[in-house]
Amino acid sequence: MLSGERRAEVCQAGEVQLDVGGVAKHFGGVRAVETISLAVNRGEILSIIGPNGAGKTSFLNMVSGFYRPDRGTIRFEEREIAGMRPSKIAALGIARTFQNIALFGGMTVLDNIMLGRHVRMKSGVLSSFLYWGFAQREEIAHRARVEEVISFLDLEDLRKEQTSALAFGLRKKVELARALALDPKLLLLDEPMGGMNQEEKEDMARSILEVNEEWGTTIILIEHDMAVVMDISERVVVFDHGRKIAEGSPAAVARDAEVIRAYLGTARSREGLAA
Amino acid sequence: MFGSETGVFKTSYAADMALYPLPVARRTMAFLALFFLFAVPLLFSVYAVTILNLVLIAVVGALGLNILVGYTGQVSVGHAAFMSVGAYTAANLIARLHAPFWIAIPAGGGMAALVGAFFGIPSLRIKGLYLAIATLAAQFIIEWTINHVTWISGGVDASIQVSPPVVFGMALETQRQLYFFLLFFAALAVTATLNLVRSRVGRALVAVRDQDIAAEIIGINTFRYKLAAFAISSFYAGVAGVLYTYYLGIANYEQFGISVSIDYLAMIIIGGLGSVLGSIFGAAFITILPEATRLFLKHFGGMFLSHGAILNLIPNIRLILFGSLIIFFLIVEPEGLNRLWRNIRNYFRIWPFTT
Repeated sequence: MLSGERRAEVCQAGEVQLDVGGVAKHFGGVRAVETISLAVNRGEILSIIGPNGAGKTSFLNMVSGFYRPDRGTIRFEEREIAGMRPSKIAALGIARTFQNIALFGGMTVLDNIMLGRHVRMKSGVLSSFLYWGFAQREEIAHRARVEEVISFLDLEDLRKEQTSALAFGLRKKVELARALALDPKLLLLDEPMGGMNQEEKEDMARSILEVNEEWGTTIILIEHDMAVVMDISERVVVFDHGRKIAEGSPAAVARDAEVIRAYLGTARSREGLAA
Repeated sequence: MFGSETGVFKTSYAADMALYPLPVARRTMAFLALFFLFAVPLLFSVYAVTILNLVLIAVVGALGLNILVGYTGQVSVGHAAFMSVGAYTAANLIARLHAPFWIAIPAGGGMAALVGAFFGIPSLRIKGLYLAIATLAAQFIIEWTINHVTWISGGVDASIQVSPPVVFGMALETQRQLYFFLLFFAALAVTATLNLVRSRVGRALVAVRDQDIAAEIIGINTFRYKLAAFAISSFYAGVAGVLYTYYLGIANYEQFGISVSIDYLAMIIIGGLGSVLGSIFGAAFITILPEATRLFLKHFGGMFLSHGAILNLIPNIRLILFGSLIIFFLIVEPEGLNRLWRNIRNYFRIWPFTT
């Protein structure tokens, strides 16, 4: 597959897009992230796995600016972003979805996705008041891009539905659409398949791969479903107790003794389960 | 008005995003324009026009409060105070510098926007009831300041006479003349609000209301937009304050007390939070209600009560009606009059496929 080759090329080139150096985050006595360093290459799909409380979501929260790390640096495309306002980080091209969906319930699917275009649009209060002219032209131009995302994710029939009225799987999809509308260079997905049935999971996995192939978007993914992780990621990192304990290809990580102990269970306990 | 969307096919994004996408809606707007421009001034009594003028002013104020409370989700009980900022700014400009209306109105709105944005700063840290208390402080601080700083209030009784607005060389002295003036600004406010809420800034405000954390993460500077909401809302309040000052011919702080702030909250709750049409319904409803009760009691109260008792009763009945209506709407139809209207309209929207 051609795009597969292209991806391999990108990885070989090994251009680091996101470079996290020794970040830490403590909440009082709770050490959510002890110390983590991680380099993410442009255009790769990287999965973060680990037991509950390993610091996966806290890590994403630091990258997207929701938490300010106590220590360490986060460089995105040669720019220090640790401690920057989340809205500014979004404007640099980092989009994310949430573990427990954070859509704007009072708005239609279309408006939710249009909000993803917010940082790419310019009209302010005055041009919004006047509307006819600049604001209208801008709305129409960005609507066209939003429609591309809508048809990419097959959301055409839901455009004018209120998101609060949608089923769980669809809301996850709309949230992905909103993140994609930002035209992100880096996409952070926090359990995009949590709570989905098998069919929805496959659908989502396909979407993630397509996003990556078509737009070359770098994707960092937190996921618990091992089958999905092994299938779609190029690299897997494993967190435990706020530390990175392993990193490598899916196959290598699955064989790693430390990972098996921390996450998959020790050999003995697995035998015990089998017996 | 009522119209079926069946058979209306939009072929461009511009058509899909139009303010009035349906032909029937455009016809309705044309009808309303004719009604308000010709029928009202020709057919309505002076008394009715006077009441309608109050409604038009209330529409401007209610739209402003709805942008803040309904669209952005920031509670404010200081709306009347921001109106008084606009009123006194304009009154001073008019009385001292003989400023024309096209300076007095934007200046009043602008000053109110500045003060509003300042008192909106607590909203960056606090929400809900706590914010309500903070804006309550704004209400009292502004009221006190205007009342005690004679440089602003113009003397011991804190009222400033203003001359009527002059439009194209004509001073608008009567209520009928003022009607067109107020109608223009009310229509302007409605159009501007409709435009605001369907474009980038409006969407961002609703995003702040629905999920402020998610809003920040997708690139909306919630800090800036919360302050912008306070500023925009107070701008409307300031303009409404100036218009009210023109209406009365005098700026007086007693017209902008806490009870007026509560009235405006009642308007948007009863009309419908987060709805332009709801703001208009609510403004009309709350403004006409006391007049309607007064008229009703005057004509039918005599059957049960003496004349004196009725005069005593009127202000109390008004308060009782107010309270019970707010409770009624909160329980039965939290989305207000606008929701009732939408239910009817939606029935006709997909006609003839309505079930």
